[in-house]
Amino acid sequence: MNGRTRILLLLPFLLFVGLLVLMAGNLGKSPTAVIKSQMIGKPVGAFDLAGMDGAPGLSSANLAEGKPVLVNLFASWCLPCAVEAPQLEKLKAAGVVLHGIAVRDTPEDMRGFLNRHGNPFDRIGDDKGGRMLLNFGASGVPETYVVDGKGVIRYQHLGEIRPEDVAVIVRELEKAA
Amino acid sequence: MRKFLVALLLLSGQPVLAEPPPPPDVALADPGLEAKATALMHELRCLTCQNQSIAESNAGQAQAMRAEVRELVAAGKTPAEVRAFFVDRYGNWVSFVPPARTDTMLLWAAPVLLLLVGGVLVSSRIRR
Repeated sequence: MNGRTRILLLLPFLLFVGLLVLMAGNLGKSPTAVIKSQMIGKPVGAFDLAGMDGAPGLSSANLAEGKPVLVNLFASWCLPCAVEAPQLEKLKAAGVVLHGIAVRDTPEDMRGFLNRHGNPFDRIGDDKGGRMLLNFGASGVPETYVVDGKGVIRYQHLGEIRPEDVAVIVRELEKAA
Repeated sequence: MRKFLVALLLLSGQPVLAEPPPPPDVALADPGLEAKATALMHELRCLTCQNQSIAESNAGQAQAMRAEVRELVAAGKTPAEVRAFFVDRYGNWVSFVPPARTDTMLLWAAPVLLLLVGGVLVSSRIRR
């Protein structure tokens, strides 16, 4: 057997080892990819939602009133949404205009959620069918968007807002102004 | 007695937080359009239950996407336009059909290339 055929015979084994290394490298990674919204830099599609729990409703016109606003997609059934409640209060205290979109929720559940965790929202839109996620390019709740004064999405925050994210979001709001 | 009560409490446990089930799917009245919509649903990836198509998923988000597909198809949108609607929002990731672009050329050409390689191998064997 000459050297060349030996290498050829070894090739499948080497390919197999290469495959193993590739797979082992992916073991620690999260199995779900983070799907970033492709809507950043694009205007929010037109919508008009009824209000919830006494709060006025939300329409796309409310997102184009000249001042950047924060839109929080949340739900009473979503645990991380409760975790980010103190951070939303902090943003509210910083003078941020904050609108909520309640995804696939019921009035009773929403009332309970707001009683438990506070209501920092200026407006709450009732998104019964959960279609608003598509309007923002969101893949779940919670997600938070900075929308500039013209109704164009400027920034997306995926997942719950942690204490260290508050400053980042405030900065993004200032950038959008 | 206390153990029994604890066990009873655990067994009767109700989820405090549970996503309400999505509304049932309403098929389009026109069977032709419904078939068109269903075919599209098999090509679109569910966002919350990744690697499942929205046709197969019972997630609330997938249901919302199916409703959107039906609405777009009923409004007379072509399959390409419906696909573009989702790709505009979520990127190529959302579609199971890879786009034909220069950077995906190798993917599309792979079957032909592999067939050629196989053909060359076979013909060299036969000739020998």
